[in-house]
Amino acid sequence: MDELLRLTQHGLYCPAGDFFVDPSRPVHRAVVSHAHSDHARWGCRRYLAAKPSEQLLRLRMNADATFDFLAYGEKETVGEVKISFHPAGHILGSSQIRIEHRGRVAVVTGDYKLGDDPTCETWEPVDCDLLITESTFGLPIYRWEPNATIFAAINQWWRDSQEAGKCCVIYGYAVGKSQHLLAGLDPSIGPIFTHGAVEKANDAYRRSGVALPKTTHVGSVDGKPNWQGAMVVAVPSAHGTPWMRKFGRVSTAMASGWMAIRGNRRRRSVDRGFVLSDHVDWGSLLKAVELCDPETVWVTHGSAAVVARYLNEQGRDAKVLEGQLRREGDEDESVRGEVDP
Amino acid sequence: MIRFANLYGELDSTTKTNEKVSAMVNYFANVEQADAAWATYFLAGSKLRRLVPTKLLRKWAAEEAGIPDWLFDESYQSVGDLAETISLVVPPGEVCDDAPLARWVTERMHPLGKMDEPDQRRAVIEIWRHSTPAMRLVTMKLITGAFRIGVSKRLLTRAIASHSGIPTEVVAHRLMGEWEPTAEFFQRVIDDSVDATLPSQPYPFCLAHPLDPKEGPAPLGEVEQYLVEWKWDGIRGQVIRREDSTYIWSRGEELMENRWPEIESAATQLPNGVVLDGEILAATTEGEVLPFAQLQRRIGRKKVGKKLLAEVAVVFHAFDLLERDGCDLRDQPLADRRVQLEQIVEQANHPHLRATELITQSSWGDFAETRETSREHRAEGLMLKRKDAAYDVGRVKGTWWKWKIDPFTIDAVLIYAQKGHGRRASLFSDYTFALWQDGTLVPFAKAYSGLTDAEIRKVDRFIRQNTNDSFGPVRSVTPELVMEVAFEGLQRSSRHKSGVATRFPRIVRWRHDKQPQDANSLADLMEMMPD
Ligand SMILES: [Zn+2]
Ligand SMILES: [Zn+2]
Repeated sequence: MDELLRLTQHGLYCPAGDFFVDPSRPVHRAVVSHAHSDHARWGCRRYLAAKPSEQLLRLRMNADATFDFLAYGEKETVGEVKISFHPAGHILGSSQIRIEHRGRVAVVTGDYKLGDDPTCETWEPVDCDLLITESTFGLPIYRWEPNATIFAAINQWWRDSQEAGKCCVIYGYAVGKSQHLLAGLDPSIGPIFTHGAVEKANDAYRRSGVALPKTTHVGSVDGKPNWQGAMVVAVPSAHGTPWMRKFGRVSTAMASGWMAIRGNRRRRSVDRGFVLSDHVDWGSLLKAVELCDPETVWVTHGSAAVVARYLNEQGRDAKVLEGQLRREGDEDESVRGEVDP
Repeated sequence: MIRFANLYGELDSTTKTNEKVSAMVNYFANVEQADAAWATYFLAGSKLRRLVPTKLLRKWAAEEAGIPDWLFDESYQSVGDLAETISLVVPPGEVCDDAPLARWVTERMHPLGKMDEPDQRRAVIEIWRHSTPAMRLVTMKLITGAFRIGVSKRLLTRAIASHSGIPTEVVAHRLMGEWEPTAEFFQRVIDDSVDATLPSQPYPFCLAHPLDPKEGPAPLGEVEQYLVEWKWDGIRGQVIRREDSTYIWSRGEELMENRWPEIESAATQLPNGVVLDGEILAATTEGEVLPFAQLQRRIGRKKVGKKLLAEVAVVFHAFDLLERDGCDLRDQPLADRRVQLEQIVEQANHPHLRATELITQSSWGDFAETRETSREHRAEGLMLKRKDAAYDVGRVKGTWWKWKIDPFTIDAVLIYAQKGHGRRASLFSDYTFALWQDGTLVPFAKAYSGLTDAEIRKVDRFIRQNTNDSFGPVRSVTPELVMEVAFEGLQRSSRHKSGVATRFPRIVRWRHDKQPQDANSLADLMEMMPD
């Protein structure tokens, strides 16, 4: 299998197709799982990705690049390999990348989750010989609650804050998490406003045909509106900045898988932490491995050593993807450093 | 039990005092008195004794979650808190038993202590299966004796006062001392028709505020308005003589029985209806105070043997009189209380009971010089107390001041780090510092406070990038960071590699300006050692 994909300084490389998967540096040809900047590296010459990620990628990548898009499940031959994209359920257009070479199949999950999320297509298992999985939340302490439970709590917090005359500010990453959040908010409670970066991504989502509740960009509001009872969806880096002052009395919350741990909640110094993640938790990671049933698993991104050891003990051939792909950027919770502001 | 778990969550997630108080008031308003009593008990910092060994809890939690022990340990490493790890790792319960807190404690938790291991296991797993993760977190904290919550006794008192309409001082007094968390007890706390004081009940302690060392005492006003005495490094205590019985309380409101026989003997010479506030010190009966290390030999001994009693005697240095003839004197000016204190101590005429020595000087400048000699007297500095002030229970700032001497400080190199607990559970925030000796770095102190959150994050990043070795949770890092470490005292110790033990070490600042080779040596530290 090693010859199908190997790890280089620029990330995972497929010699038989002469391309990189989610490269960590600009390369001539990138096959990209999704539009987060720690996967879709700016500055590549050519990008191949799933069709539903087109709006986001064009918005965020260098315009001079060549873009090719495939519908989910559609196969394209690149060099000696066949490539296809399969829903990963992480954000709009996120994909597992299936690479087939001489009857052997490797699947790179990118970031993924198994739960339902109305803003993107649901993850589906792909049979493979080699599975390269992320393990951001690869510890048994991470067990996500059903969406309905989480959103009931978020909407309840909104109502309570409204009653207390406060404005709610909830932080989520601009691309993906924010839209996942928006889709779960109950717009009958009050008006929803957005941070500029969030609204930009909203536009791309809407252009792609994803239904989101009505939102208003905070920057486009004239005069001094009454923020009491409103919901503002903002990026985490806005917390504690002067931008926040205009909202008056606020109740703040962070939506992230890391909020499962009390220490992280406190360090964020927000009023509430909602455990809402776009990554697999421990249980769904194991379930995904079982359903894809690969001979070999490479684990990357997060608790790789733990997951690999556990899978080995369960009788599956697993190893840590050496020198884990370096991740930079602050727009996805898979970047652990993001917990620090 | 769900309400109590929610209360814990609310108190745990806010730093705002008003929100904490309103969470407690809301809780008290919605539960039975027996629950209110138990909640008061836990919030005041009382603990159940450890009912189940944590080793077993870890094992059972791993079994219940269907994971190997090593994976539980990895999880614990990542979370940094055992009860929290268990609450997360064990699958959610099937049903939720929302019986009152009092019943959870008496029917589900207390009995664990008397069970054999298989029964314990069954009972603990039943707790897990009958609770939500939030309830599980609280119950596991309670049965491991690790329940801690960021609520001061003052806030708790305020909440009960606001809930019941009883004045704060009265509630504070009724919460003092030892009591059983029963519905009757809570009723007594919030009942305005009963005089609830028991003979053993101490008064809330008046606390001193630290004086800003840069400003000094000048802003306090005229020197004549203050009584000045040494600030001793002993054990603060209240000696109560009522109804021919003696009760000695520590500031932590622990009843210290049979630990200070000399003082108990002195107390028998006091008339009934007397309460003294003062300091328990290792001292000669002539008045000379001995090093803290001597007192330490007596601390923690539940019973004192004859030999130790002969080697290290203690003397109660009384500095205040709170009650005489059964009358509460706390509203009288300190100067008047002091006159009566001296009379009472003189009448008792016992070698193990003295009134503290008062220091007189004519200016703050002279006192500043006196303060410089504190270490020679084995004192930590000076206490300045307003003569006209009532014995105040911490509401008003500014009647008692402690003017401490500057701590010892030394520049040391960070060599080991470990993840912190609670709020800092996922950061490397507990450090071991070392000093030079013959070209190697010898560890001498552990410190985990003094840096800002931003600095801790920076150090955390440094540690992750510069780890050379790990021993369990401890990382050995490249010796590069130099920090100024302060501590209150020093004593020889055979248990420490360096040969010395420091008291209350903490970080003063990060010395970005220093290279590791600029740090101090062990010899420099040894030079600071008193006699
Ligand atoms: Zn992502
Ligand atoms: Zn990622």
